[in-house]
Amino acid sequence: MTTEQRVVSDVDTSKQIALVRIEEVVKHFPIGAGLLGGQVVKAVDGVSFEVRGGETLGLVGESGCGKSTLGRVIAQLHPATSGHIYFKDIDLVTLKGEKLRRMRQQLQMIFQDPYASLNPRMTVGDIIGEPLTNFHIARGKAREKRVNEVMRICGLNPGFISRYPHEFSGGQRQRIGIARALILNPTFIVADEPISALDVSIQAQIVNLLEDLQDEFKLTYLFIAHDLSVVRHLSDRVAVMYLGKIVEVADSKQIYDNPLHPYTKALLSSIPIPDPDLEAEREPILLKGEIPSPVNPPTGCRFHTRCPIAQFPICSEQEPPLEDKGSGHQAACHFPGQL
Amino acid sequence: MDGVSFHVDRGETVGIVGESGSGKSVTAMSILRLVAEPGRIASGRILFGDEGKQKDVVQMTDDEIREFRGNDVAMIFQDPMTSMNPVLKVGFQIKEAMAAHERFTPKQARDRVVPMLKRVRIPAPEDRAKNYPHQFSGGMRQRAMIAMGLSNEPHLLIADEPTTALDVTVQAQIIELLRDLNRDLGTAVILITHNLAVVASLCTRVIVMYAGRIVEEGPTRQIFKSPQHPYTWSLLRSIPRLDEYQHEKLLTISGLPPDLTNPPPGCKFHPRCRFRVDRCLEEEPPLGEVDPGQKARCWVLMRNALAAQPQQAGQP
Repeated sequence: MTTEQRVVSDVDTSKQIALVRIEEVVKHFPIGAGLLGGQVVKAVDGVSFEVRGGETLGLVGESGCGKSTLGRVIAQLHPATSGHIYFKDIDLVTLKGEKLRRMRQQLQMIFQDPYASLNPRMTVGDIIGEPLTNFHIARGKAREKRVNEVMRICGLNPGFISRYPHEFSGGQRQRIGIARALILNPTFIVADEPISALDVSIQAQIVNLLEDLQDEFKLTYLFIAHDLSVVRHLSDRVAVMYLGKIVEVADSKQIYDNPLHPYTKALLSSIPIPDPDLEAEREPILLKGEIPSPVNPPTGCRFHTRCPIAQFPICSEQEPPLEDKGSGHQAACHFPGQL
Repeated sequence: MDGVSFHVDRGETVGIVGESGSGKSVTAMSILRLVAEPGRIASGRILFGDEGKQKDVVQMTDDEIREFRGNDVAMIFQDPMTSMNPVLKVGFQIKEAMAAHERFTPKQARDRVVPMLKRVRIPAPEDRAKNYPHQFSGGMRQRAMIAMGLSNEPHLLIADEPTTALDVTVQAQIIELLRDLNRDLGTAVILITHNLAVVASLCTRVIVMYAGRIVEEGPTRQIFKSPQHPYTWSLLRSIPRLDEYQHEKLLTISGLPPDLTNPPPGCKFHPRCRFRVDRCLEEEPPLGEVDPGQKARCWVLMRNALAAQPQQAGQP
């Protein structure tokens, strides 16, 4: 339909080199004291994958699967309980103080809720420009000039530099959040559900902006979302998470055309398509029940309690490793592709 | 909301689609006369029942409306946690919903609780009836709400964003449940949502709302295949689809939905419309029939707009 087509991942070799490499990352949150003391929420429980330079890696899963926690751990907002996060081959987990701060310039985050993530008592100019002050990059006129520039890039009127967040709509606030993430010229951005709080007619504006920014500034995205339609649209590769584990990673096209993990397949079949004729023919694979508690995840494969093809005892006793099932398509399943 | 007229046939599934602030929830609330102060139904009629013996909801006395709610029409909401009493057992609340209407004897009501929970596919319904709402997951609470709503065998179930707070796999379960209940019990369903794909999946007819008005309505297939209002047309092109490969730019609708305290003159969509003509700025179009069964509130209509500017069809 349109003339503008985005570069497909497999023809662009620059997208083959890992920019961020995550190895066996674990994030546990202790809960309660007294009687409940000693219990932990296993939000992220041993996750390894890589994000390649210039690509968008979509991270999908249902609420409570640990995808947002993982994003925050990678962006260094939560310390990892264990594991390694390599950014340009430097392990962020071992960095402290000034060295970590310096790395953070290259690693920014965009948040889901554009209402909660902006300080209501700061002007837009201060919100967007604050990182420049924090990192002693620019002050005064130079800072204002850069803020103006970034506002324009993000589709905000620089004339609104002295206004406060409440004077802006949800979509504009998300642009402010994006401008703030962009002002330090980062290479890697973790975007955690950046459009799910927005109205339908506004979502496309933000999706297109993220794409344009990626093309213009050679950004690498970790795009976290539960909306698989948007993830498909934006991502070169997709990682599917279930209860603190990655269950499948593959090229976007492979994962949608040929999902190997039964959870991925069920998830895809659950998404309605805005086409009544297609919908009439589709039969969703309905999963039993809901996602179990991450405090006490099932033994063996964590999906076995809801899996339509689980076989016992193997699935309830042996945890399947995430391994390559051919041409880089990774899945953690004893019976891949059999649903 | 301003001058909204539509009908729902017996056993039909109708989707009302719109963004936040488009008036879709207020429309549904009005059917049950639940509009919160200072809002009010200033004019109009809401007729319910068979031709010839229709009742007007707007004219009902308080006793009549109490009977009407629950007995004839039930409603379920987006957040099932806030719609249930946290200190009462789920089974008791379902029984209470029946007791309030005296359609069933106390014993009948008691005996109906477990089958109702079973009907909405809550596992181990005998045990679950004795649980409190917080012991239920989000999807189960929504099922319990549906059980409560259906316990008096209403003719119409209004579901206001019933799956928005739920995960996609649970959303699929709830949609499937609504589809089965509609088919097996003949309960008509009004589904209020911002999600066009959910409408495509469940509803036979769709009503699109914008700025408190119906801008388009008709059979779901027809609306999705050949939308005539630019808002519907743009909305359908602005959402990424799971079944599309191309990394094409999404079509964007510029600007924001209007502030309803100070709506624009003429067509309420004209400030955001890429197909507007001079007349749109001054005069609000009527909701006119454009095809058999399909109505649109537009001076231009997409078929004319696209014939005049075919290159627009694909332009983002």
